Amino acid sequence: MITLFLQRIYGLILKEIMTLLRDPKGRFVLIVPPLLQLFIFAFAATLDIKEARIAIYNQDNGIEGQEVVAYIQGSPVFTQSLPVYNQSQIAPLIETQTVLAALIIPDDFSKNIDAHQSADIQIILDGRRSNAAQIIEGYLSTTIQQYMQAYRASKGFNALSVNVINRHWYNDNLNYLWFSVPSLVCILSMLIALIITALSVARERELGTFEQLLVSPLLPYEILIGKTIPAILIGLIEGCFMWAAAIFLFQIPFYGSTLLMLITLLTFIISIIGIGLFISAISHTQQQAILGTFMFMVPAVTLSGYASPIENMPIWLQKLSWFNPLTHCLITVRGLFLKNITATHVFSHLWPLWIITLITLPLATWYFNRRMQ
Amino acid sequence: MNIRRLNALIIKEIHQITRDPSTLLLAFFFPLLLLFIFGYGVNLDNNHLKVGFINESNDPLSLNLSYAFARADSFTLTLANTRPPLEEDLENGKIRGMIDIPERLGIITLTGIFSPSIQVITDGSEPNTAGFIDRYTNGIVQTWMSQEALFLKEFIPVIIKPRYWYNQGLFSRHFLIPGSIAIIMTLIGTLLTALVIAREWERSTMESMMATPATTTELLLGKTIPYFVLGMGSVFICTFIAIYGYNIPFRGSFGALTLVSAIYLLTALGQGLLISTVAKNQFVASQMALTSAYLPAFMLSGFIFDISAMPQPIQLLTYAVPARYFVTCLQTLFLTGDIWSLLLKNIAAIALIGLLFFIAIVRRTSHRLDE
Repeated sequence: MITLFLQRIYGLILKEIMTLLRDPKGRFVLIVPPLLQLFIFAFAATLDIKEARIAIYNQDNGIEGQEVVAYIQGSPVFTQSLPVYNQSQIAPLIETQTVLAALIIPDDFSKNIDAHQSADIQIILDGRRSNAAQIIEGYLSTTIQQYMQAYRASKGFNALSVNVINRHWYNDNLNYLWFSVPSLVCILSMLIALIITALSVARERELGTFEQLLVSPLLPYEILIGKTIPAILIGLIEGCFMWAAAIFLFQIPFYGSTLLMLITLLTFIISIIGIGLFISAISHTQQQAILGTFMFMVPAVTLSGYASPIENMPIWLQKLSWFNPLTHCLITVRGLFLKNITATHVFSHLWPLWIITLITLPLATWYFNRRMQ
Repeated sequence: MNIRRLNALIIKEIHQITRDPSTLLLAFFFPLLLLFIFGYGVNLDNNHLKVGFINESNDPLSLNLSYAFARADSFTLTLANTRPPLEEDLENGKIRGMIDIPERLGIITLTGIFSPSIQVITDGSEPNTAGFIDRYTNGIVQTWMSQEALFLKEFIPVIIKPRYWYNQGLFSRHFLIPGSIAIIMTLIGTLLTALVIAREWERSTMESMMATPATTTELLLGKTIPYFVLGMGSVFICTFIAIYGYNIPFRGSFGALTLVSAIYLLTALGQGLLISTVAKNQFVASQMALTSAYLPAFMLSGFIFDISAMPQPIQLLTYAVPARYFVTCLQTLFLTGDIWSLLLKNIAAIALIGLLFFIAIVRRTSHRLDE
């Protein structure tokens, strides 16, 4: 009995894998896009700003104004500083996004500084790119402070100064790749596992080969097992492949335990399979399965903490993100890469994944059985 | 070209759309979902960062600094007397950073002999948040120093006055939602169209279509016109919701919006058509649409990740992504106004890419079955 059972399932698994891999375009699509995506999006998805163009309107004729300009031009962040000679030139530059910010030094700047009175510097920033603009404001502020320190030191002023020492744990240089690549490992394997599972049943139904499966000796639950195992295998292989690429190609440090990482990937993929099967069960056509996958994936990725921190979301949305398997996977995988988190910690994030699986898999199976009657 | 035949094809397509719930879901429900996600879910305005705080000093100067941190809008402070509990919280991700004010801060500062150091430790595994904490803390310390200096009649030379144009309140939502309309257009224009036509190939109904008197042009037009209408409808609904539901200012003209959206939609439809003629089965078509249209629109259009932050080769790549130009137009139309010099340049770029797509389609579309 057992051997027959195993034989049947093995046969189905083989068939599934062959269907996937036989079409050359299908093979291509399983390998090339994920790799491409990993490369391009790892580098593209950064919220950091390393360079910006600014305009400088120096109305001051004195030395101090020029000193400030010199400091700013000397900073590696401001790759291009366009000099402006007229107030009316500023608006078009910012409107057309030629520059991100404009610095205006008033005409009494040097006079005020030499008279030991405070002077203003105005900065105009493009609020359409508010995240970038805030970062640039920070850089400008720091550069001007450097000028201030130098000035006060040179005039012998009592330095009422306090240093701020910044230390970044786990990622000394705040390298964005160390954040985005581990995240992409999760996201891209989720994408593949989801699409393969969701399409597995829907495609057969649409092409009419599902009926042929039903008249075979396979029992409904055997069909389900036979369909999920290839998806789990492929998802896991993709995940490991990305993980290896992260360590060897991107040089992301991996301080955690390999075993824990494998367990995490496996648990994550299985929870995703549950969702994929559910989508597959409720879809009649491939289009519905693909769109359904999509409509799950887009919110899942955007609300997982990848694009913006979870604590910025409203509280009720934060609670909802607990049900998103990707949220937990991201925290765990990043922790395994950079923080060497303990097993206890890993499992504290894995048990929600088990709960999600325990809800979605039986639901999908039940729905599936109903459909087949 | 026979208008009667074209009409018949369009009506057939409309029937297929209305009879398939997933299409309607994508065209109407999904845009609403996306607007919701980008309105509430994705928020780059850091307002509730949990940060640990220790003040080892007792003097009035450092107490003023503590008050400054306590009053800070963006931080929710976790106070402690020693470092170990905070360090553990940092490791567990409960706090994103910690600030440690050393002993006798005020006294040392006033003597002016040494400069004491405030330590700011951040969780580097989330670089954006860590960078924000660094900058924000720096700002608080600078403001505190200026105020103390003024009080002590010290000289602080420069006061910086920033002003943000077009988005005074710095709501990231104000640029995210206009950008998300581009994403929605890409989905409807490219993904849906690619799927729909690949489906006809896969199910062999394309064969039946070829046996009809309808010409290839009529076939393709009959497929794309309904989706064009669907897409434009979506633009208007999304814009309406953006303005009245999310209070995003709209400073441009609706005419300009219609023009830009129509041209982008045509290009997106072109891309969808091209993908479907290449793919001929839905799985591959969907993967191609995802990889070549949706993900670039999300990642490389400048919608959420700034293009100038990307490495040079990728910046060059973004010039080939039509969504990049569309996002710029949308953000400008909403937040700035009708800046025609900017709009026309971007429209021309989108149109050029669209033209390339259509040329490729004309070459590839075969009226034969043995290809």
